[in-house]
Amino acid sequence: MDMISVLPTYLPELTLAIGSIGVLVGGAFAGRHALSLVSGIGVLVLVSAAVLQGVAPHAVAFQGAFVSDAAASFAKVAIYLASAVAIFLGERWLSRSGDARFEYPVLILLAALGMGVMVSAGDLIALYMGIELQSLALYVLCAFRRDDAKASEAGLKYFVLGALSSGLLLYGASLIYGFAGSTRFVDIALAAQMGAGHAGVIFGLIFLVCGIAFKVSAAPFHMWTPDVYEGAPTPVTAFLAAAPKLAAMVLFARLLTTSFPNSIGDWRQIIAVISVISVTVGALGGLVQSNLKRLLAYSSIANIGYALLGLAAGSQDGIKGMLIFLALYVVDITGFFACLLALSRQGKPMETLSSLAGLTRTRPGLAFAITIFSMSALGIPFLSGFWGKFFVFQAAVTTPSLVWPAVYGLVMSVVGAFYYLRVVKTMWFDESAGETDAPPADARLIAFGAAAFAFPLVNVGLHWLELFAGTAAKAFGLA
Amino acid sequence: MTHILSLTTFAPVLGALLILALRGRSDTGKAPLWIALATTLITFGLSILMLAGFDAHGAGFQFVEDAPWFAKVHYAMGVDGISAPFVVLTTFLMPLCILASWTAIEKRLTEYLIAFLILETLMIGVFTSLDIVLFYAFFEFGLIPMFLIIGVWGGKNRVYAAYKFFLYTLLGSVLMLAAILAMISIAGTSSIPALMHYSFAPGVQTVFWLAFFASFAVKMPMWPVHTWLPDAHVEAPTAGSVILAGVLLKMGGYGFLRFSLPMFPLASTMFTPLIFALSAIAIVYTSLVAFRQTDMKKLIAYSSVAHMGFVTMGIFSGTPQGVQGAVFQMVSHGVISGALFLCVGVIYDRMHTREIAFYGGLAEKMPWYAAVFLLFTMGNVGLPGTSGFVGEILTLTGTYGAPTPGATWTVLVAATGVILSAVYALTLYRRTMFGEVTNPKLANILDLSVREVVIFTPLIFGTLVLGVFPNLVFSLTETSVADLIAGWRTVAGG
Repeated sequence: MDMISVLPTYLPELTLAIGSIGVLVGGAFAGRHALSLVSGIGVLVLVSAAVLQGVAPHAVAFQGAFVSDAAASFAKVAIYLASAVAIFLGERWLSRSGDARFEYPVLILLAALGMGVMVSAGDLIALYMGIELQSLALYVLCAFRRDDAKASEAGLKYFVLGALSSGLLLYGASLIYGFAGSTRFVDIALAAQMGAGHAGVIFGLIFLVCGIAFKVSAAPFHMWTPDVYEGAPTPVTAFLAAAPKLAAMVLFARLLTTSFPNSIGDWRQIIAVISVISVTVGALGGLVQSNLKRLLAYSSIANIGYALLGLAAGSQDGIKGMLIFLALYVVDITGFFACLLALSRQGKPMETLSSLAGLTRTRPGLAFAITIFSMSALGIPFLSGFWGKFFVFQAAVTTPSLVWPAVYGLVMSVVGAFYYLRVVKTMWFDESAGETDAPPADARLIAFGAAAFAFPLVNVGLHWLELFAGTAAKAFGLA
Repeated sequence: MTHILSLTTFAPVLGALLILALRGRSDTGKAPLWIALATTLITFGLSILMLAGFDAHGAGFQFVEDAPWFAKVHYAMGVDGISAPFVVLTTFLMPLCILASWTAIEKRLTEYLIAFLILETLMIGVFTSLDIVLFYAFFEFGLIPMFLIIGVWGGKNRVYAAYKFFLYTLLGSVLMLAAILAMISIAGTSSIPALMHYSFAPGVQTVFWLAFFASFAVKMPMWPVHTWLPDAHVEAPTAGSVILAGVLLKMGGYGFLRFSLPMFPLASTMFTPLIFALSAIAIVYTSLVAFRQTDMKKLIAYSSVAHMGFVTMGIFSGTPQGVQGAVFQMVSHGVISGALFLCVGVIYDRMHTREIAFYGGLAEKMPWYAAVFLLFTMGNVGLPGTSGFVGEILTLTGTYGAPTPGATWTVLVAATGVILSAVYALTLYRRTMFGEVTNPKLANILDLSVREVVIFTPLIFGTLVLGVFPNLVFSLTETSVADLIAGWRTVAGG
């Protein structure tokens, strides 16, 4: 098929590419209002990309390097909308803190484009290009506040470790290419089926898995996460914690299920071990944190552990669970960070746990929203976090070898419950730590919207979410 | 009438939303309290309406509502003879709790009432849901309002107690969740009636039974996982204690009846000796512990654990008397222990201490209060004529006839609990009520107020009426219990 006839399949990405370059050039000439102008267009571009993706035909383009299917649509709509929210939150925040530079929305657009390529990658080269485009944009975003030492440290740390993981990824990819003779996922699967250098392919697979585990911040490749989350500007952390995880996990699922459908038993072990370690590190590491962003970093490590459990199941139900889990997680974590963005005391952001003391009396609405997000992350039913876990564990307990990891994960969630409860306890039980500044309307809107979705609206939408995710999971052709 | 259960379940939430809507106004005065009281009374009325339409001889579930929710999970509701008494118990206690909080809660009244009303919805939901996922959701969500009630409005050591309550219960529950998920994937349905008729393989039953046991034993609570209860009770505000003892503990017993027995009959038979042993230990051990307490609430909390020992014993006896007695004992204990906590609340509101040694000679200063307290103490001891007697005697005789080896010995040990309960309860009464007034601070203590009389009147009626006409409950439970036992016996023999 020629490139023109399959144009609608990659039209959303094309829109993003043209859009981001267009606003980059335009922004340079826009003068004083560049940030708000570029942000407005950026949001528009992302929303139209999401709409285009919603109606995009399901086909394969560029000789199998680019796959547009139900799974890609599901993930991309979520990713593009989450990116739009990130631009919306960040623009106001940057204007307020005097860092109004228009590169912020441009970088988010580029990262979104990278993520779009990631979830549609059907080829090791597309995979690498997507990851790198996304990562490079994120490195810069982390260090966006140049005169902030912590932000620069975060950016550098992220870059160095990210480069290392990219190296691992490339090494794995080259091994696989060497043994399988192709970079296309489907051809790798065929070659592996013919028995081409089984050991070499598995060896390459391990490196690939390690590389992607870095990107999703799964333990034991999580070291960068707390520092980067803490150091990066809060709107960037909000973005970093949400959409890229979804993108990388979908990529992970596509890579494993399309290239190695016959070695599920092999990679299930690796993924299950990573999952168990992540859940442990996330639960135990969070116990001693006093900074909320670091706490959320550990929470995200644990959550990735749960998502990986769904992937490890290697079944249609497992992938469905993973997708539902991550989609709900994206809303939860964005909302949680929006609450942090809305809170400040005498112009200083409130990022420590103790600064939230007695918040139910000073800011009852936001305190209530944070309570919902904490309890949701803890896994209390009727709240969105529980339903995500519900589907993941449902798939895990039907896979005989994952029953114990699943039970272990559930027990570890009780350990993690302690720090979520501490957040709630600090806000509800402790004496007030003083008045807070009036929360900005934009962050409050996102915080309340996400909270209303996390509870109770999710209970209404669950039926549809389950349907969409179910269709998406079918795309991977698993049993 | 088709949606009466949903209406009963969610009516309190509507009241909570109304209170929330009033929140922004300044100077609402007592309006939130009146709204909460009206809501709980309406809910009680609805549950009575449900009871009036309930066919006691009908088999299976009644007032069934069923709508698909997502995937295999349904929004399904219904009651049978076992759950109906608990629904009414819950709605009966709630207005009293609101009344008990009328003056005791000084800070953040709005939030307090909202938490209570939401808790009521969740408690009713536990007893009415006919889908295991829905059940779990109601069961688990209840932790949040209770955590806040203990933690925000509790006593000095409230944070510790709130954490302990939450984490203990959560650990039990996640194991149950794992079992629930596995059950759904094996049986292919999450409907409770369908699961009750599904026969799981014996080995699988054992694992599932243990997982459910982990949750219900903590909730009940059974020895040795009861230690969260005294802490939670002591720190919780009076109304919180009433709900905790009156309803939340009953969820454990209800869970055994609804899930463990009908769904895992083989495992239930296998583990009956374990339950008997734990029950006997709980009855004797916690009664002795209760005797040594210096805090009134702690004493009653330990006595609750002992009384729940009779319940678990009766449930697993597998005889009609035993199981009916267990259900009755739960209802009766809900009324009596709730009343006892309210009695403690009366003097706590006046003196702000629960130390037994602080009081003494109250009978002289507060004759009406002494009379009321005496009645409930006697109910707690199990005096014939009060509801406490019926439950204890039936669980004991029922267990005596149980086909399980060792049942006789269990009854022998458990029966000493009847004496022990008299020892600690009467000692408590003697030390607080009789003798001279030695503490000068008690010189001006006032007797029951009108509001308190209003609170205690229905409880007194409940204790006496159930004690004299226990058939009020048995006529409800008879058919369902007979079905339950027949189902168990056909599978497990005996």
